[in-house]
Amino acid sequence: MNPRFLPYLLILPVTLFLCLFFLYPFLLVAKQAFSTASGLSLENFREVTGYWKFPISMKNTLLLAAIVVPIQLALALLMATMVNRMQKGRDLILYIWTIPLGISDLAAGIIWLAIFEQSGFLNSMMNGLGVVDRPVNFLSYQHPMIVFVAIMLAEIWRATAIMLVILVAGIGLIPKEYYEAAEVFGASPWKRFLRITLPMLRPSLQTALVLRVILAFEIFAVVQALGGTLFPVLMGETYAYQFELLNGGAAAAMALIILGISIAFTLIIMRALRVPKGATI
Amino acid sequence: MTASATDIIETPADTRKSGQFLYKASVVFLCAWVIVPLYFLLINTLSSPEAVNAFPKSFIPEFDLGSLAFFANFAGILTALKNSVLVAALTMVMSIAIGAPAGYALSRFEFPGKGLFRLLILLTRAFPLPLLALPLAVMFIRTGPDDTAFGLALVHTTLAIPFAVLITFSLFSGIPIELEEAAWTLGCTRFTAFTKVVFPLILPGITASAIFAFVISWNEVFAAAVLTIENRTLTAFLLQNLDTSPLHLKFAGGFILIVPALIFIFAVRKYLFAMWGIANR
Amino acid sequence: MAEIQIKNVAKRFGSYQALHDINLTIADQEFMVLLGASGCGKSTLLRIIAGLETATTGEVWIGGRRVDHLSPKDRGIAMVFQNYAVFPHLTVFENIGFGLRMQKLPDAEVRRRVERTAGLMHIDQLLKRYSGELSGGQRQRVAVARALAMEPDVILMDEPLSNLDALLRLEMRAELKGVLAESNTTAIYVTHDQVEAMSLADRISVMHEGRIVQAATPVEVYRNPAERFVAGFIGNPPMNFLPANRLEGGRWQVAGQTYNGPATANGAVEFAIRPEDITPSDSGLPAKVRLVEPLGAHLLVTCDVDGSMFRAILESDLNVKAGDMLALAPQTDRIRWFDPQTSLAVA
Repeated sequence: MNPRFLPYLLILPVTLFLCLFFLYPFLLVAKQAFSTASGLSLENFREVTGYWKFPISMKNTLLLAAIVVPIQLALALLMATMVNRMQKGRDLILYIWTIPLGISDLAAGIIWLAIFEQSGFLNSMMNGLGVVDRPVNFLSYQHPMIVFVAIMLAEIWRATAIMLVILVAGIGLIPKEYYEAAEVFGASPWKRFLRITLPMLRPSLQTALVLRVILAFEIFAVVQALGGTLFPVLMGETYAYQFELLNGGAAAAMALIILGISIAFTLIIMRALRVPKGATI
Repeated sequence: MTASATDIIETPADTRKSGQFLYKASVVFLCAWVIVPLYFLLINTLSSPEAVNAFPKSFIPEFDLGSLAFFANFAGILTALKNSVLVAALTMVMSIAIGAPAGYALSRFEFPGKGLFRLLILLTRAFPLPLLALPLAVMFIRTGPDDTAFGLALVHTTLAIPFAVLITFSLFSGIPIELEEAAWTLGCTRFTAFTKVVFPLILPGITASAIFAFVISWNEVFAAAVLTIENRTLTAFLLQNLDTSPLHLKFAGGFILIVPALIFIFAVRKYLFAMWGIANR
Repeated sequence: MAEIQIKNVAKRFGSYQALHDINLTIADQEFMVLLGASGCGKSTLLRIIAGLETATTGEVWIGGRRVDHLSPKDRGIAMVFQNYAVFPHLTVFENIGFGLRMQKLPDAEVRRRVERTAGLMHIDQLLKRYSGELSGGQRQRVAVARALAMEPDVILMDEPLSNLDALLRLEMRAELKGVLAESNTTAIYVTHDQVEAMSLADRISVMHEGRIVQAATPVEVYRNPAERFVAGFIGNPPMNFLPANRLEGGRWQVAGQTYNGPATANGAVEFAIRPEDITPSDSGLPAKVRLVEPLGAHLLVTCDVDGSMFRAILESDLNVKAGDMLALAPQTDRIRWFDPQTSLAVA
């Protein structure tokens, strides 16, 4: 066989697979979103955006992402720099910090449910300290702020690990000589972090942020476990359209809206953190 | 958090001691932040159903297997567990079988269209893929694999493939091409050089990325809920019964979801960072 | 019998022409060194002979058999790589026996050959080790033993010593020469190190910009460079060049001095002389000393002759310092002449 065709033969399975299970269904979603009984129209979009829950679920999703992602980024950077200067126990600490990486959003929701539910550990603790004498039902419509905080904490708890892994890997690729050179020129540790670590980490920051932001817009199971219908989010509404309202067209329209937001934010992040050509390590 | 980071880093020599203390305290605090919620779930899992629903909670587990026994006897849950394992195993096998050849092609050959192919892979990673489960549900009903482990595994494979390709790409890139060339000059064909030299060297890494694919599938909620009705996976089953199932069932289920993840992250911890380091660039 | 013939081999990488129309015959059991600076195409040529690279055009023959369409395993070659390429997942024994196992030789024969070649390379104590437990020099020995165990017709070596430190390189060079002389194989050896080339080769092919500019014995390449490039590349420091103007009767004027030179040449040629073929005398090339570098046994004196840089290796007891004027006399039978148009040597 001609060796020139070998690479194409090797990438053929992936390409076929992705065409069949990625590009094709994507076209189907698009088609379904734009088609109604009367033919091609924006009717589905009008329907979902006109629904009273839409602005709330949009606001909730964006707000959650806007608060959770920056906190995760700061936390992951902090943890990564802490790990970087650690000599003994590094492996153990890293393992502990990356445990949530393997935990699904549903399981994370359930874990935080154990803390926030009416007979849960938060109530037990507050009771033990004498702050409350009867357990409070935190996850109810009377406490929307606490529902929000619970979801936020669960998300931060669960999904900081993926950023940590990407950033630790990225920091590992920065040659030590740069730090030594900066130290010789008199840069303080904080300046070294700002002037060397952060700029050199740009490709990793890009990957980490894109991945996290996209996943933040897809938030679903954590919310289902902790807030249920108290805290509508886009993905939850999509699920409801498909299964409770049995409206496939509307679900597809919602899917495209989420996709649109994801793409928009991906482009913004890529642009903001782009690495000039030739400035790579 | 971020404020304390600044403190640690900018500590002048005379207050180094307090900086060290702050640093260690932060490490301990962050470890507790990860472990304590897990511990709470463990308490709930290892307590009798009565204790789980009682108030106030004890902060030490009573080592009663009542909740787990209830979980095991709950109708349909063992089937769901079996389905989860089956889907995850299928995903693991398919994503490596399909993804690894492409990773090899990317690491070993320069060919026209390589850039485009990489873009397709990265694009896949940047999409909210579970959304594509909606049209696939329709497609599967028409073609057969609806509500089967295989059908869901196809979707999960789409989810896992970008990771499989990028991770195997970085693994193969870590094996010097000279080793293969040496094998060719010593009487190997391209194929036997792969099986005798590259494969044994790459096996641990491949195992790690296979486990990664397993965890992706094991944890996935949305597509699983959309695509299975009778043959629910564990995540889909728990999600569907969130409103109705008793607390001790949720906690036991959450615990069962987490256990394999803990083991898997431990098994792949060595590769986690190497995988991401190169896959980023 | 393993004579190697390379016929009209050329190689392009996209728009870059790595090799131009190479023709070379290497005799059976000859030790041929391909010598050149990095990027001259020497490794590409070796890899084409090995079958790791395919030539854009041309033919490769080994032992009277055309092999350019065959895969590496069917060419009867063995190769030693710059980075050793010792398989990390196999012991030294299994590394050396790897090719023999691929040929499905019986265990006893594999053992016999592995032990023989390991003994030859003095690594018989290491057979149970893995490559991670070996030093660079030991890995290099394993790589050579692995190639020799194949008892190949041809052994190809791509800068095999360049990753070793200087002392080890010297030691391995001598050993390699001895072992290969006994093995009766044809050898092609790629290097950028001219001392290595001189000490090992039966013949050296000097390569430059994808061409072989001279293929000859080490002494011939050193004494009679065929091209100006070879004269300026071989030797440390290399030959000195000075412009020469034609006088009548095959006599040429160089920096005010007159020397006998080629009779049939055009208006101008270049005069060339090696630094060690120069002695200070009463009459000679007028040289202004710029720099004196003591090398122990000798002095390396850099001068200015008629506006050109000119280096001489002189006796170390000579008392010279920067700024002195010297008269430097070339040993007349060592003077060489080059045509500035074609760069070729003229006699």
